Amino acid sequence: YRWPLDEAGDGQRLEHLASKVLQNARCYSVSHLSVQERIEKKRKAALTGGGQLRIAAQHKRGKLTARERLELLLDPDSFVEYDMFVEHRCSDFGMEADHNKYPGDSVVTGQGRINGRLVYVFSQDFTVFGGSLSGAHAQKVCKIMDQAMMVGAPVIGLNDSGGARIQEGVESLAGYADIFLRNVMASGVVPQISLIMGPCAGGAVYSPALTDFTFMVKDTSYLFITGPDVVKSVTNEDVTQEELGGAKTHTTVSGVAHRAFENDIDALLNLRDFFNFLPLSNKDPAPVTECHDPRDRLVPGLDTIVPLESTKAYDMLDIVHGIVDEREFFEIMPNYAKNIVVGFARMNGRTVGIVGNQPKVASGCLDINSSVKGARFVRFCDAFNIPIITFVDVPGFLPGTAQEYGGIIRHGAKLLYAFAEATVPKITVITRKAYGGAYDVMSSKHLRGDVNYAWPSAEVAVMGAKGAVQIIFRGKENQAEAEAEYVEKFANPFPAAVRGFVDDIIQPSTTRKRICRDLEVLASKKQTNPWKKHANIPL
Amino acid sequence: IGEIACRVIKTCKKMGIKTVAVHSDVDSSAVHVKVADEAVCVGPAPTSKSYLNMDAIMNAIKQTGAQAVHPGYGFLSENKEFAKRLAAEGVTFIGPDTHAIQAMGDKIESKLIAKAAKVNTIPGFDGVVKDAEEAVKIAGEIGYPVMIKASAGGGGKGMRIAWNDEETREGFRFSSQEALSSFGDDRLLIEKFIDNPRHIEIQVLADKHGDALWLNERECSIQRRNQKVVEEAPSTFLDPDTRRAMGEQAVSLANAVKYSSAGTVEFLVDSKKNFYFLEMNTRLQVEHPITECITGLDLVQQMIRIAKGYKLQHKQSDIPINGWAVESRVYAEDPYKSFGLPSIGRLSQYQEPLDLPNVRVDSGIQEGSDISIYYDPMISKLVTYGKTREEALKKMEDALDNYVIRGVTHNIPLLREIIVHPRFVSGDISTKFLPEVYPDGFKGHMLTAGERRELLATAAALYVAAQLRSQKFLGDLRVSVVPAESRQWELCVELDKGVHMLGVSRSGNNYTVEIDGEKVEVSGEWNLASALLPITINGKHRTLQCLLRTAAGEISLQYLGTSFKLRVLSNLAASLSKHMPEKVPEDTSSILRSPMPGSVVAVSVKPGDNVAEGQEICVIEAMKMQNSMTAAKTAKVKSVHCKAGDTVGEGDLLVELE
Repeated sequence: YRWPLDEAGDGQRLEHLASKVLQNARCYSVSHLSVQERIEKKRKAALTGGGQLRIAAQHKRGKLTARERLELLLDPDSFVEYDMFVEHRCSDFGMEADHNKYPGDSVVTGQGRINGRLVYVFSQDFTVFGGSLSGAHAQKVCKIMDQAMMVGAPVIGLNDSGGARIQEGVESLAGYADIFLRNVMASGVVPQISLIMGPCAGGAVYSPALTDFTFMVKDTSYLFITGPDVVKSVTNEDVTQEELGGAKTHTTVSGVAHRAFENDIDALLNLRDFFNFLPLSNKDPAPVTECHDPRDRLVPGLDTIVPLESTKAYDMLDIVHGIVDEREFFEIMPNYAKNIVVGFARMNGRTVGIVGNQPKVASGCLDINSSVKGARFVRFCDAFNIPIITFVDVPGFLPGTAQEYGGIIRHGAKLLYAFAEATVPKITVITRKAYGGAYDVMSSKHLRGDVNYAWPSAEVAVMGAKGAVQIIFRGKENQAEAEAEYVEKFANPFPAAVRGFVDDIIQPSTTRKRICRDLEVLASKKQTNPWKKHANIPL
Repeated sequence: IGEIACRVIKTCKKMGIKTVAVHSDVDSSAVHVKVADEAVCVGPAPTSKSYLNMDAIMNAIKQTGAQAVHPGYGFLSENKEFAKRLAAEGVTFIGPDTHAIQAMGDKIESKLIAKAAKVNTIPGFDGVVKDAEEAVKIAGEIGYPVMIKASAGGGGKGMRIAWNDEETREGFRFSSQEALSSFGDDRLLIEKFIDNPRHIEIQVLADKHGDALWLNERECSIQRRNQKVVEEAPSTFLDPDTRRAMGEQAVSLANAVKYSSAGTVEFLVDSKKNFYFLEMNTRLQVEHPITECITGLDLVQQMIRIAKGYKLQHKQSDIPINGWAVESRVYAEDPYKSFGLPSIGRLSQYQEPLDLPNVRVDSGIQEGSDISIYYDPMISKLVTYGKTREEALKKMEDALDNYVIRGVTHNIPLLREIIVHPRFVSGDISTKFLPEVYPDGFKGHMLTAGERRELLATAAALYVAAQLRSQKFLGDLRVSVVPAESRQWELCVELDKGVHMLGVSRSGNNYTVEIDGEKVEVSGEWNLASALLPITINGKHRTLQCLLRTAAGEISLQYLGTSFKLRVLSNLAASLSKHMPEKVPEDTSSILRSPMPGSVVAVSVKPGDNVAEGQEICVIEAMKMQNSMTAAKTAKVKSVHCKAGDTVGEGDLLVELE
């Protein structure tokens, strides 16, 4: 120990000495020695979770441990752990025995940083009782969620849990509900992300379902309400775990998960990347990162991208990649309802949400799934101050009994509702078709679009020429001539432009430049909807 | 596509001549259509219905009142019928007269004319060979090896090489069959086979007043499947005497057929500088720019002048060899598959290296263009020029490194390797260069230990630069700032299954990367939006290209022409990687995928058929090339996913075996 020589007077020095001696004496007293030792012991136990054997088993399954995952997800040395000493409180079925108690129980919680920005995390520990959810486990999760909402920072959950802690009965169920409630309360306040990295079954699935984004790890993660055994006994269907609730199923068929990644490392590194797009809370602006892509860059390739024949397909992603910063587009649900493209990108460094009809798939029409996919994305952007850029090439809503019986009216209304309700900056570019009701839906001027552009190839009309002519000139001889007349009149941007429904007709190659400029202007946009308890979106 | 039209239009503009472009409907937004004063659509995509459709082109001429037609190359450029029809309408054909086209278009006739004009021809029988026995007799007189080829042929069809009597008989039979089916003409000729020759051609220019010049040679020996890949002018192989001898023979041939316009006389040259007449091309050649570079003449301008009836402006003594020019043909094709199988796609990014001095790029495409299955997959002709060959080749290296092509697979890896190969650099080349140098096929650039370190260091520095940038939020006060200036990074970089531990430290834009005890200094601007990555490695300037950079640490870099896949991970992530499950790759022996985009010509199996290993399953055609797809094992056909007439993409599933 070094004395503070110069500043302290003699008296102070003596006092200091005395207190130091006392301190040292205490340290050597028996009781304090044991507390210190116990702390060390508990911490060590918490760090090893379910023990080396179970860790090895976890690795063998191709999965990392709860702590390894956090280490990869967060900036080095940034993790601050909470509740390392919390233990479960169950005393039935021999659970009270010391060897059945694990400091920290089956979840690791705390806060840390991703690229310097605050995030609250929980990571379920499969090596402790299969990551099952005890009352204590739920309590830990709730604690960080409460704090995240208080300070305004996102919550990331790494799910790897066998389900409820059966020994605890209703206490475990209560725990789930406590988390659900917080998921709902935090919805629209802070971004919530779930990464499914192992099993997640039964009631547990509803927490990820309530969060903003659910990602999965291929081959090692499952999400289902009831597993294959129960399915077999109830409906007599033979189905594997993978088919029932694997990453492929949920990213292509059910639309439950937003994206799937190759393995734990791939998923966590991608999650770091994704996190950079999000604002910390609904009170924070969309983040702006340093950008090397010139804001006024022309994109010559766009001048030729829309084919001359209006029935020919092209890839909307080519337009998106060409326009956004550095061709970087984090697509959400890339393999589900592919007739609409949604995802995050940046324009001059600022996060934007991109929505685009995809002419390559089902001509880019709107159907039940694409409407729901689009609507949820638009609402996320609106909740978190992320400007929305919409690229329109839509021939209308998909006709047919399957769609009508499935409730396309109700589901299509969701997308309409979401665009209409949104108060963030909204920029719309009509690249080709904007037909019928779908024109209205796709962030049209009438739904408070801030800047609406048309490319020279735009056709804003009630429907395609053929159908229109059959109605307007029913029974008339020269249908071909009538069709040509209709095309001349409506298959161009002018009818919309003369009415001010598009603000300008722009050269496609200048689209990036225009949008960057508009976003700068719209950064200070203020718009509020009438006061309401909450709106009533047609669910 | 449209490259030569753009080239012709450029000269026309200089001369104050208005231009009309013709195009098929898929090319309506092509560059040549935009640069021309007027454009006429001559039909749908297939060439037989558009660019080869004489009626439509004649209509276009009438419609626009065009006075002259430059036929470019390929298509109708050597079609005497077309030239005749133009003459009948009083429209000038910018090229030679029909009789010259006809005389030089037939192999037997052209050889007879050449012989009469005292041009060295390949020893052989000048007439049509009657039967196999006569073929054997003639072969015996010429001496083996001999080549049997179709009189009407071209492109290697109906061509056989024989080393003895037995092979001659067999070759005669096959060649006549092939000649009949391919050209409807089974006449064959036999000549001495020149083993391992060079392909050197002489550019000639002749006017309508009986004057002709030779504009020196072009060395075009680097070929694959009889198509030229890299050309240069002059040739390293010719001495002034041989050059003059070849030039004078070429001119005497031109005189013999009363040739006018630009033309090319192709020769085969053996290792003893004996040269033999091969054929004469009665049109502008693809590789004409290198002649323009070293002579300073604009060949298109000369052709137009000659067609107008003007006399030649130059005398033979005016024709110089100034410096050295090299041309690389940049193709949209995969060089790793038999030195180039066609690839298609949309050019999502495209940037020609035109800001470099002494670089010329002749192309007819731009960013956003589609490379389709309908036409030749040539993207451009990249020409570099220097005072010396060394300078021109160095410039070519830079130009290839700075050429940005994204969206289609291209052959820059192969071009970049050829021009630095010691055999090429020393001028030791022949038409067999590629198969000799790459007997097992082209595999990309083989890294030396030093180059490997440079590549690893660049990837590591790029990774760190990107990591640091992802922490830079503008105007956000809620970011906890980590001082990065003095930080050290311990990284693990994977390259071709080799794993390297790297230590990286940084000072501004300069990175010091330690690899296996060796230090590599890398500095650059680290502009993460740019396709080009100009850097300085250990004091040497290099331009790499970043093709891919993902959140999961994958980085693809184009380095020395070849693209390399790397993976950069933190030490922590790398050490945990061992726990990640191995993904089982698809068993490729039981599935057949299309190696290239194209159309299905024939499917020879149906589900339930038993096929033997190597048996033909289907035939895919792309860019006028047919590819037979064979079974990789003996098995039963499980399912067939294509039918004749289908269009398939690269990697599309064709047939599944059990």
